[in-house]
Amino acid sequence: MTDVNPSPEGQGPDGHEAEPTRRDFIYIATGGAVAVGGAFVLWPFIDQMNPARDTLALASIRTPFSELEAGEQVTVMWRGGPVFLRHRTEAEIAAAREVELASLPDRDSRNENREGSPASDENRSALAAEVAEGVEIDEGLRTALIVMKANCTHLGCVPVGEAGDYNGWFCPCHGSHYDTAGRIRRGPAPENLHIPPYTFVSETTIQIG
Amino acid sequence: MSGPSTYEPKTGVTRWLDSRMPIVRLGWDSFVDFPTPRNLNYWYTFGGILSVCLVIQIVTGIVLAMHYVPHVDMAFASVQRIDRDVNYGWLIRSIHAVGASMFFLAVYMHIFRGLYYGSYKAPRELLWILGVVIYLLMMAAAFMGYVLPWGQMSYWGAMVITNLFGALPVIGQPVVEWLWGGFSVGNETLNRFFSLHYLIPFLIAGVVGLHIWALHVPGNNNPTGISVKTKADTLPFHPYYTTKDGFGIVLFFIIFAFFVFYWPDALGHADNYIPADPLVTPSHIVPEWYLLPFYAILRAVPNTLGGVVLMFGAIGVLFILPWLDTSKVRSMRYRPLARWFFGFFVIACLGLGWAGAENPDYPVPGLGAIGVDFLLMGRVLTIYYFAYFLVILPVLGFVEKPKARPASIEAAVLEEAAARKGRASKAAQPAPAE
Repeated sequence: MTDVNPSPEGQGPDGHEAEPTRRDFIYIATGGAVAVGGAFVLWPFIDQMNPARDTLALASIRTPFSELEAGEQVTVMWRGGPVFLRHRTEAEIAAAREVELASLPDRDSRNENREGSPASDENRSALAAEVAEGVEIDEGLRTALIVMKANCTHLGCVPVGEAGDYNGWFCPCHGSHYDTAGRIRRGPAPENLHIPPYTFVSETTIQIG
Repeated sequence: MSGPSTYEPKTGVTRWLDSRMPIVRLGWDSFVDFPTPRNLNYWYTFGGILSVCLVIQIVTGIVLAMHYVPHVDMAFASVQRIDRDVNYGWLIRSIHAVGASMFFLAVYMHIFRGLYYGSYKAPRELLWILGVVIYLLMMAAAFMGYVLPWGQMSYWGAMVITNLFGALPVIGQPVVEWLWGGFSVGNETLNRFFSLHYLIPFLIAGVVGLHIWALHVPGNNNPTGISVKTKADTLPFHPYYTTKDGFGIVLFFIIFAFFVFYWPDALGHADNYIPADPLVTPSHIVPEWYLLPFYAILRAVPNTLGGVVLMFGAIGVLFILPWLDTSKVRSMRYRPLARWFFGFFVIACLGLGWAGAENPDYPVPGLGAIGVDFLLMGRVLTIYYFAYFLVILPVLGFVEKPKARPASIEAAVLEEAAARKGRASKAAQPAPAE
């Protein structure tokens, strides 16, 4: 069976390998147990670095949105990182809607509320977010509101609002320009600003996560 | 060069020890009677200097860990407390922070010396590779150490570097969250960085042991690149090189002390004295000076993944360098073309560092008029950096005609001494015009 561990009694009378011995069995069984056991023990030591349960438990927040005036923006903290809530002006919405989708570097909406949809302004705005049962939100307000993770999709810096070539957001770290719908237009960032899952839970409040 | 041992225990105690654990013999053979080429210049003192740097970082680091608190709410304040309230805390932290820069300064001298004198070539390939491993570990330790004070540069440096792994296809985001231990750089991240920052120097010490072991088998290379042939080519390590290294270390300490006492923040960034704020990114994020060339390479590529691959490739290419350089001649003293390309390579590395420090859209002083900004400069120099290893060194080995080399190290030394004597006697004679 194996020649890894020749034993005195392993040699037959004609000098050829005889039947496997108990030593061969122990050798292979131990090696196998170490390999498999090692893999099992390794996993807890890798997985301990993943987000812990209390970190996961903090994964949703509620925040008011209705008091924002047109042209105003607030930043809230969600999962340890910033999220932008912006009530866009008519001009900003118009500018975002004029863009031809085919000309965008990233044509995916990057909206967790509407996975895989094209990056149109409708799919990026709060029109794409779910409204809880019994809650009525003005359509114009939903069109104007945009909620996005405030980390540049390049390397995670926080972009500056109302700046850049497209008057949307501009990331100072490596010069990524986003438009008024938070879509990447120029610079090293590969994707549009990500939109977290959120729901209108009342006339005044959204829940993120 | 490790020949038979010349150690002879003289006392009863050392004889007793020698037959049980010959540790004194190991030290004697490695650092006292170790035959060393007699022509090593001061570029060869950086190995000793680096050992001292490692010890300094470990000793000051252990002390700092007694006062530092790895928690996002307290880390920044605890570093301020070390600076202001802990007895001599200002001194110890300053030594540790400046020490990191000094460590890299010395390692770059050491690496460039190895590149110039061909110290990576057979039979020292493994020695060189172990050195590159140490360099990688140093960068990891330095990066994590810079995060610990939890200032703005700490936080955003951690954010940018960990996000580099997000550029990996498919597994990118899970890997980044695994590194963070959350959904953003946070307390979990700080804690694990502290743990690893404490670990890595000991890993470095281990690899340094292997590095010295791998050095002591073929022995030192030397400025001529010619292998040692006879005993006349060498000197015992002690007292000749203990003294020379010691002198180099003292000179190095003068520069070190100048920064520690008179300019402790010169090599850092002022923004790191602002507490970390996840809501505001500093307008201009730059790594510490010793990582700037790699930052410039990262930014030279418009695609994130491409930039990351190229940045790691810049270090990866060093691993295969021993097999890329096709020349049979080690030292560039005798390589009339290679030494020019090496000179440009040093300039390219410095230029990459400059490009990494500046805003990529800014024009390069003096070259802005012809439309050269720092991005373009970074791109051109990145191309040269890779071309040096992947094109120039492989091709030069075939097309370059090396100069005549001396017969032995001894011959080279005597020749040089004769030339110096000739110059001296000429200078002693009155000039004919007088």
